Amino acid sequence: IGTIPPPLSAPYLTQIFIDNEWHDSVSGKVFPVYDPATGEQICEVQEADKADVDKAVQAARRAFALGSPWRRMDASERGRLLAKLADLVERDSVYLATMESLDCGKPFLTTLFVDLQGTIKTLRYFAGYADKIHGTTIPMDGEYLTFTRHEPIGVCGQIIPWNFPLMMAAWKLGPALAAGNAVVLKPAEQTPLTCLYLGALVREAGFPPGVVNILPGFGPTAGSAIASHMGIDKVAFTGSTEVGKLIQEAAGRSNLKRVTLELGGKNPNIIFADADMDLAVEQAHQGVFFNAGQCCTAGSRIFVEEPIYEEFVRRSVERAKRRVLGSPSDPTTEQGPQISQEQQARVLELIQSGISEGATLECGGKAHGLKGFYVEPTVFSNVTDDMRIAKEEIFGPVQQIMKFKTLEEVIERANDTDYGLAAAVFTNDINKAMAISTAVQAGTVWINCYNALSTQCPFGGYKMSGNGRELGECGLKEYSEVKTITMRLLAKNS
Amino acid sequence: MRPKLIVAVPTLRTSCHLHIILIVFQLFINNQWQDAQSGKTFPTINPSTGEVICHVAEADKTDVDRAVKAARAAFRLGSPWRRMDASDRGLLLTRLADAIERDAGYLAELETLDNGKPYAISYCVDIPNVVKCLRYYAGWADKWEGKTIPIDGDYFCYTRHEPIGVCGQIIPWNFPLLMQAWKLGPALATGNTIVMKVAEQTPLTALYVANLIKEVGFPEGVVNILPGMGPSAGAAIAAHMDVDKLAFTGSTEVGHLIQQASGSSNLKKVTLELGGKSPNIILSDANMEEAVEQAHFALFFNQGQCCCAGSRTYVQADIYDEFVERSVERTKNRVTGDPFDLKTEHGPQIDDEQFKKILNYIDIGKKEGAKMLCGGKAASDKGYFIQPTVFGDVHDQMTIAREEIFGPVMQIMKFKTLEEVLERANDTKYGLAAAVFTKDIDKAHYLSSGLRAGTVWINCYDVFGAQAPFGGFKASGNGRELGEYGLDNYTEVKTVTIKVPQKNS
Repeated sequence: IGTIPPPLSAPYLTQIFIDNEWHDSVSGKVFPVYDPATGEQICEVQEADKADVDKAVQAARRAFALGSPWRRMDASERGRLLAKLADLVERDSVYLATMESLDCGKPFLTTLFVDLQGTIKTLRYFAGYADKIHGTTIPMDGEYLTFTRHEPIGVCGQIIPWNFPLMMAAWKLGPALAAGNAVVLKPAEQTPLTCLYLGALVREAGFPPGVVNILPGFGPTAGSAIASHMGIDKVAFTGSTEVGKLIQEAAGRSNLKRVTLELGGKNPNIIFADADMDLAVEQAHQGVFFNAGQCCTAGSRIFVEEPIYEEFVRRSVERAKRRVLGSPSDPTTEQGPQISQEQQARVLELIQSGISEGATLECGGKAHGLKGFYVEPTVFSNVTDDMRIAKEEIFGPVQQIMKFKTLEEVIERANDTDYGLAAAVFTNDINKAMAISTAVQAGTVWINCYNALSTQCPFGGYKMSGNGRELGECGLKEYSEVKTITMRLLAKNS
Repeated sequence: MRPKLIVAVPTLRTSCHLHIILIVFQLFINNQWQDAQSGKTFPTINPSTGEVICHVAEADKTDVDRAVKAARAAFRLGSPWRRMDASDRGLLLTRLADAIERDAGYLAELETLDNGKPYAISYCVDIPNVVKCLRYYAGWADKWEGKTIPIDGDYFCYTRHEPIGVCGQIIPWNFPLLMQAWKLGPALATGNTIVMKVAEQTPLTALYVANLIKEVGFPEGVVNILPGMGPSAGAAIAAHMDVDKLAFTGSTEVGHLIQQASGSSNLKKVTLELGGKSPNIILSDANMEEAVEQAHFALFFNQGQCCCAGSRTYVQADIYDEFVERSVERTKNRVTGDPFDLKTEHGPQIDDEQFKKILNYIDIGKKEGAKMLCGGKAASDKGYFIQPTVFGDVHDQMTIAREEIFGPVMQIMKFKTLEEVLERANDTKYGLAAAVFTKDIDKAHYLSSGLRAGTVWINCYDVFGAQAPFGGFKASGNGRELGEYGLDNYTEVKTVTIKVPQKNS
C-alpha cells in the first residue's frame, strides 16, 4: 500500500519531497514558477529554506544508517530500482516533456527526443553499473591480505540548473544512487516542476524513504544551506562559475565536504579550410544556438581559418536568419524563449557591448515579440579576442565568428580563457585533428561534430569550468569513498 | 514455426497447472524455425517416468554449416548487429530478461518436465538466476571500455574491445536455462553472434527462449540454436573452420576432445567449464548444524548433478563421528518424489545412462571397502530415481573419492591437520571449487589461499552471483565465466596506433 502513489490533486506537484512524502515548507513560504514563452505564472511551489534542508538531511541520514534497507540492499537491486525509474520516466515521457517544455520554454519535440531520451538512457546506464563497482585485491608488501571497498560517500547534496532540469536530475541521481548514496536534490527555482514529478516516480519505483529528497528553492537560501551543511558529505553543483566559487568556499568553511562542479564555458569551435563547409556551418550553428544558447557547452567562439572566413560568415548568417523562433508547442519551432526576464536582459546587454566594442552585427540583436523572453538569433563577425562577447559566457543565442591564420595561433587563442569545458575542430586532416584535440585544454573535444554527448562518456571541465567528471565510469568515482582493508595473514602466498 | 500442442504426460500428479504444453521442437536459424536437413529427429525423455515427451529435430553437420553461415552474415561489417549502439544491445538483453520473467511459470514447468529437477527449485532458483544473469550482462554492454595508452614515440595509441565473431556454444543438461543464460549474456553484450548446441537430454526450454529472442527483436542470425548430439553436431561446431571461438560446458572427457578439435581445425579460441571433485573441508570449530546442512546441500543439490558438487567431504577427526551420524540422518530425511510436488527435494537423475553409471559407482564403492551408511539403490521402478546415498570411511585412493560421480552419492573422509587436508584436497586433477567451514579467521585464510580451486566458499556453499567469476583450475577448465571477467572470453582486443605530428602528455 505504501508504494501506491496518491492521486494528483492538481496538475503539478508543488510540495517538498522528503522521506517519500510531500511536505509544505516549514516557513509556509511559496514562490511562483513562470512560463517563459508568455511570461505568465504557471503555479506556486513550496519554497524550501534551511529548516527544510535540515529535515531532508535528517531523512537522508536515517536512510543511510548502517543496517538500513538501503544499506543492506543488494547492489543489483539498487540497479533494478534505477531501471524501474527509467521505465517510469519512459512511461510518462510525453507528460514530462510537456511539463518541461512549458516550464523551460524548450521546443516540445526537442524535449521529447533529446531531453527525455537523455534522461532515460542515463538512468538505465547507471542502473547497469550498480553491481559492477569493483574494489580490488592488492598484492601488498608483507604478510597481509589487502582489498578495497568502494563504499557510498553518504548524504550527497545536489544542486542542478534550469537549462536541462530533468536530464540534469538524471545525471545526478544516476551515479549517486547506483553507488548507494542518499540524496538531497535542489532543482533550480526557475524549473522545479519536472523534478518534483520525478519524486513521485522515485516513490512509485520503490526506493526506500529518505534515499531521495527533492527541495525546490533558491540558491542563496536552500542552496547555500546545502553547501554549508555539516551533515552533508558531498555536494555536486552544476551552474555558473560565479556560484561554483561560492560552493567551494562554503565547503571549505564548513566540513570540507567533497565538491564536484560543472560550471560555465566559452567553448572554442575551430574550423579549418579543408573542413566540409556544409557540415561545419550547420554544426557550428547548432553548437551555439541549441537550447536558445543556454548550454554550458555552447560553441560561442568560432575560429574560422582565413581562406574560408568570408564564405563561412555569409553562410552562418543566412542559416541564422532562417532559424525559426516560435511557441515551444509548435512543431516547426527551432528556438524558444530565454528562461527568464533577467537572462534575456543579460543577453541583450552583452549584445550591446558587442556593438559598442566594434564587432560587426550581421543579423538579429534585439528582443523578439511582445510576450515572453525571446531574443533574435544574433551573429557577430570581425570579433576580436578582447571583446566582452569573446570572453564572457553569454548563455544566449549569440554567435561570435573570429578569423585565424595558423594552427599554433588558434591553439593559443583557444586556450586563452579561464574556462575549459569543451572544444571542437572541423577538418579532414588527421594530423590537424590529433594536434588540436591533444593541445586544447578542454574536458571534451569534438572532431567533426558538436554536442555529441552520451551517458557513457565522461564530461567535465578543465580550469574554471569545473572539478571532476560526470557520466561514464568516471562519474561513479565521484560518488564513492574508497576504504582499504588490510588483514594480517599467517603466511602470504602469491 | 509449427509448435505442437500436446497434453501433459498423464501419469504425473502435479501440484500446479500443467495440462497443455506449447513446445517448439525445430532448429532455430536466422530467426526461423526449420527441420534438420536430414529430416532426422530424436526423442526427449521425461526422466521422472522414462517416457518420451516429444521428438525434436536433430541437427547435424549440414545444419551447423547453415547456422554458421547465418551467424557470419549477421556479423558482417555494416550489418544491423554491428551498427547497433552498444546500449541497444544491452536493451535487447534486458527485454529478453523481462520476457523470461514474464513466462517464468511456464519455463519452470517445462524445465522440470525435461530435466526432472523439483519445480520449486526451477521456479525459485533457476529462473530468477537466469533473469539476473541476463540483466547483469545487459548492463555491461556499453561499459566494456578499451584504453588509451601512453606509448613511447609520437603516436596516439588506443585499444578497441571488439567482438570475436561467430561463437559456438555447447551447453549441458544439468541447468539448461541457466547455462544458456551464462553463455548468451556475455557473448551478446560484447556483440558476437552465436551458434548454440543444446544438450540432447534437455532441448526444450532453450528452444522456447529462442522464440523470445526473436520476439524481443534480436536481428536474424545473431542467435542460432541447434538441438543435436555431441559426436555429430557438437563435433561439427568444434571442428568448423568458420567458427571463431567455442565455449563448452560439460565433462572433462569431452573437454579434451574440444581442445584437440580446435588445434586440428582453425585454432579457434576455447573456453571450458568441466568437471570437478570439489573438497568441502569441515574444521572442528565449525558450527556443526550449519556445516552438516551445507555439506548435505553441497552434494545433493540438483540430484548431485553439479560440476561443483562438494563430493569429498573432509571432516576433522574430533567431530567426524557426530558429523557422519548427523549427515546420514539428514540424508535419510531427504524427500524423494515427483518433482512437481512442491515438497520434493530430490528428483530423478537425467537419463538411463547416468542412472546406470551412478549405481555402478555405488557398487564399486562397496567393493573397494567404503562403508555405505544409507541409500544405495534405485528409489522407484519408474524413471531414474536413485536413493540419496552416503559413504563413510572413504579413503582418498578409492574410485569414489577420485572420479566424478555426478549423482547423489556423498563421500565423507577424516583428517587430522590443516596441512594434511590441504595436500589431500589438492591431490586431484580437478580444481573447480572448494569450501571451508570454520570460525577461525587465520585458518580460513590459510586454506582459501592454498586451495587450488577457482571458487572457494567460506562457511557457505554453492553461492553464485552473476557478478562473481566462476571457473576451474587444472582439468576443471580454462577461463572464467560471469562477472566482468566473463567478458574477456568474448573479446578480441585490437590495438590502434596513429602517428601524430607531436605528442604531448
